[in-house]
Amino acid sequence: METTTTKPVEEIDSVTIRFAGDSGDGIQLTGGQFTTATALAGNDLSTLPDYPAEIRAPAGTLPGVSGFQIHFSSRDVLTPGDAPQVLVAMNPAALKANIKDLEAGGTILVNTDAFNATSFKKAGISTNPLEDGSLKGFRVIPIALTTLTDNALKGMNMTRTQVDRCKNFFALGIMYWLYERPIESTMSWIQKKFKKVPEIAKANTLALQAGHAYAETTEIFEHHYRVKKAPIKPGRYRNIMGNEAAALGLIAASKLSARPLYYGSYPITPASDILHELSKHKAFEVRTFQAEDEIAAIGAAIGASFGGHLAVTGTSGPGVALKSEAIGLAVMTELPLVIVNIQRGGPSTGLPTKTEQADLLQALFGRNGECPVPVVSAATPGECFTMVIEACRIALKYMTPVFFLSDGYLGNGSEPWLVPDVSKLPSLKVANAVRSDEKFLPYKRDPQTLARPWAVPGTAGLEHRIGGLEKQDVTGNVNYEPDNHEHMVRTRAAKVAGIAKDIPPTPILGPKKGKVLIVGWGSTYGAITAAVREFHAKEDSVAAIHLRHLNPLPPDLGEILFNYEKVLVPEMNMGQLLMLLRSKFLVPAIGLNKIKGQPFKISEIRNKVQELLDSKE
Amino acid sequence: MADTLTASPAPSAPMNRQDFVSDQIVRWCPGCGDYAILASVQKLMPSLGIPREKIVFVSGIGCSSRFPYYMNTYGMHSIHGRAPTFATGLKSARPDLTVWVVTGDGDGLSIGGNHLLHALRRNVDLKILLFNNKIYGLTKGQASPTSELGKKTKSSPFGTIDRPINPLRFALAAEAPFVARTVDTDVTHMGQVLERAAKHKGSAFVEIYQNCIVFNDAAFPGVQSRDTRDDAAVKLEHGKPMIFGKAKDKGVKLNGFKPEVVTFDPAKPPSDLLVHDEKANPAVAYMLTELEGDDLPVAMGVFRDVESPTFDGLMNQQIAENAKPGADDLQKLLTGSDSWEVK
Repeated sequence: METTTTKPVEEIDSVTIRFAGDSGDGIQLTGGQFTTATALAGNDLSTLPDYPAEIRAPAGTLPGVSGFQIHFSSRDVLTPGDAPQVLVAMNPAALKANIKDLEAGGTILVNTDAFNATSFKKAGISTNPLEDGSLKGFRVIPIALTTLTDNALKGMNMTRTQVDRCKNFFALGIMYWLYERPIESTMSWIQKKFKKVPEIAKANTLALQAGHAYAETTEIFEHHYRVKKAPIKPGRYRNIMGNEAAALGLIAASKLSARPLYYGSYPITPASDILHELSKHKAFEVRTFQAEDEIAAIGAAIGASFGGHLAVTGTSGPGVALKSEAIGLAVMTELPLVIVNIQRGGPSTGLPTKTEQADLLQALFGRNGECPVPVVSAATPGECFTMVIEACRIALKYMTPVFFLSDGYLGNGSEPWLVPDVSKLPSLKVANAVRSDEKFLPYKRDPQTLARPWAVPGTAGLEHRIGGLEKQDVTGNVNYEPDNHEHMVRTRAAKVAGIAKDIPPTPILGPKKGKVLIVGWGSTYGAITAAVREFHAKEDSVAAIHLRHLNPLPPDLGEILFNYEKVLVPEMNMGQLLMLLRSKFLVPAIGLNKIKGQPFKISEIRNKVQELLDSKE
Repeated sequence: MADTLTASPAPSAPMNRQDFVSDQIVRWCPGCGDYAILASVQKLMPSLGIPREKIVFVSGIGCSSRFPYYMNTYGMHSIHGRAPTFATGLKSARPDLTVWVVTGDGDGLSIGGNHLLHALRRNVDLKILLFNNKIYGLTKGQASPTSELGKKTKSSPFGTIDRPINPLRFALAAEAPFVARTVDTDVTHMGQVLERAAKHKGSAFVEIYQNCIVFNDAAFPGVQSRDTRDDAAVKLEHGKPMIFGKAKDKGVKLNGFKPEVVTFDPAKPPSDLLVHDEKANPAVAYMLTELEGDDLPVAMGVFRDVESPTFDGLMNQQIAENAKPGADDLQKLLTGSDSWEVK
């Protein structure tokens, strides 16, 4: 829609906005709509939802606060932003929980209707922050959202509760005007979403339009902001969340391998969205199985793998703990399987809705016996597509279970995604074993990959038995002989180590030699890359590499590490990749560890690198 | 896509029992009841007319779970208690296969109780054989969940203090559509029950009383011995009154909700004997599981046999219903409905 306004426009490079309110306020929905509109406006963007583990904690309380942050810019965006410049606070609890993150001098839009004695009590504050001077240093924009929404919906004969549920669209309308976002996509989304309740669709549309018109006419806003389109590589884009990308990647891998997808899973935050997405796609012959528990979920997947399907189980860390015995069985039976772990804060139930990278060593070593499993991870939400396909490729080619590690930040975070051209995706086809004149030997390996043949039930002449007992080399019969066991342990290890041959050279961001090398993996990519680019603006001694293959590690890694004076490993854990690098390469790498359930800020990486550059040691 | 998975050649030649015997040495203790069960299953297989390559035996851990190694079919000896999960995945991915699960009282009802419950309540088309010997054999003699209360074992020298579970009551409570019981020493009966299970479409649960000669010999006195079993057991036959005894002079009737034994002149059986109905309300089948002890005959045979849609059938029906030409356009899926062009 053409924005017709007489108010002046101020051009800015980028902005970070956080929406905050009760988890029942529709904050995630509002953020999602703002994201779509922003993508359509042509900006680059990155988002971070932050929601409570409780579905609806008591309204107005701190545990019930849900947040959604979006960073958008006319330039390349790598993170959801260190600190928001704008906070939209729907109630006092949302203000209290988020004010500490707001940039100095930042703007706060508050719903003044929610600022009363009752809500102060729920939020645990004694004085009205709008009046007690505690917000000095911020620009506060008080708006009576509920009242204004009520006015806009006069004559619609709606209850107070119904009106209250529309106020997030009023707020969204204001924000659309303020940042010149198109409102059409949200209008048509409302129509689609509330097709069955036309009066609700009408109310939400009215609230959205009224908010937009209000911002345009009220004297509160002197001008609005323009964030120009970002220079983005031409092509067709869509917005994508990491879990959605992983689900699509699995469907793509099924097509590319010409094998039906079987996904066994048990509901667990933050991985359930993959199950939800995959369960929609029966047309792609996707079989989803919501199992009775985590063990059954992987068991069914292994059964389907034995049956020749592309089999996957998806979960988060606590679920992996339960699956570990079955992963061992997949290692022993040498069946292809992908284990998706959307990591969250641990240990135990930990922080279900917060992010962490503390399951790396679990993926590598969390099983009984010598039990090697390849591990890959994604760096960005969109890359979950690519790397889950890579996990499938390795599983099928090498007949092995493979871990795909993502985390809550990647899984729920979103970014604009260049839609891949299907015709350019690689084939993942591997052949089943076929009958020959010779006796079938289920553990006779391919000399190149050391993979054993995949003999699928239904194939006459290849009847065989597999299981968790140690296998005799070649025949696959049960065998307890000492030399055979050692040989098999070493063979399974060599098979996984041999995957390194497939790993492409590691791209280096920055100089090939220098003072500091940052080694990252997983979702720290954005913050690390943004920090390194800041250094490149002024000097050329800081570089970064980002690992997608964590087991085996890239074959060129050892050489790269020793080309820098210092190696810094930022991780959202106590130093797990750090431990691997130090033990494998005897490199005196330094850790930067954050275990707050929150992703790194660019400034945290930058400050640590600066400290290393400044240090005389 | 599924038809690309198995390039099945022309139907195999007619098979005999020997075709189902694998090249592995059977490693059960001499005198173990498992031998008779293995022989029965191997004998049954050729009669089913299912190609050998379409049959899969899946087991957990325990003595009984070595079973797949001895069957010349496809097989998986999995992990403790989890056999129903692998079998559920395999059968739902590959409904063309015939999948059997072999488990024991410890494997199926202790560590794997949850999976057995869900396989049965989902009605996955699996043939589940639970070898009940009321003891942990492979780990050398600890009490199992079916061991009788007060049982003295290595792990319970003062007697067990946990009440046993009755496998059939468990299966009936899970609403398994086919529930049966037989015994390792009555080869004819076992053959008949296994055949019925094989031919049932849906979850078929068979408890097999199985003797562990080393750690729990004579666990089922009466029903295991040829000399005593006619008086110790009543064989259930659909539509027939429950008459038993060597002289066919005893019968079962209901006294309210309680089954009781009556004796009569074999020439003139009373008209109020309980008539077995496999399709009846499962509550009746449940009452039959209570026939034990106090001179009551143990019921053997098919307790319940009803048809209902299978889990694997429904899963594959949903797939088939959604498989429309062009509906699996990957490029369209990846592009989604809210994409935009950057020029």
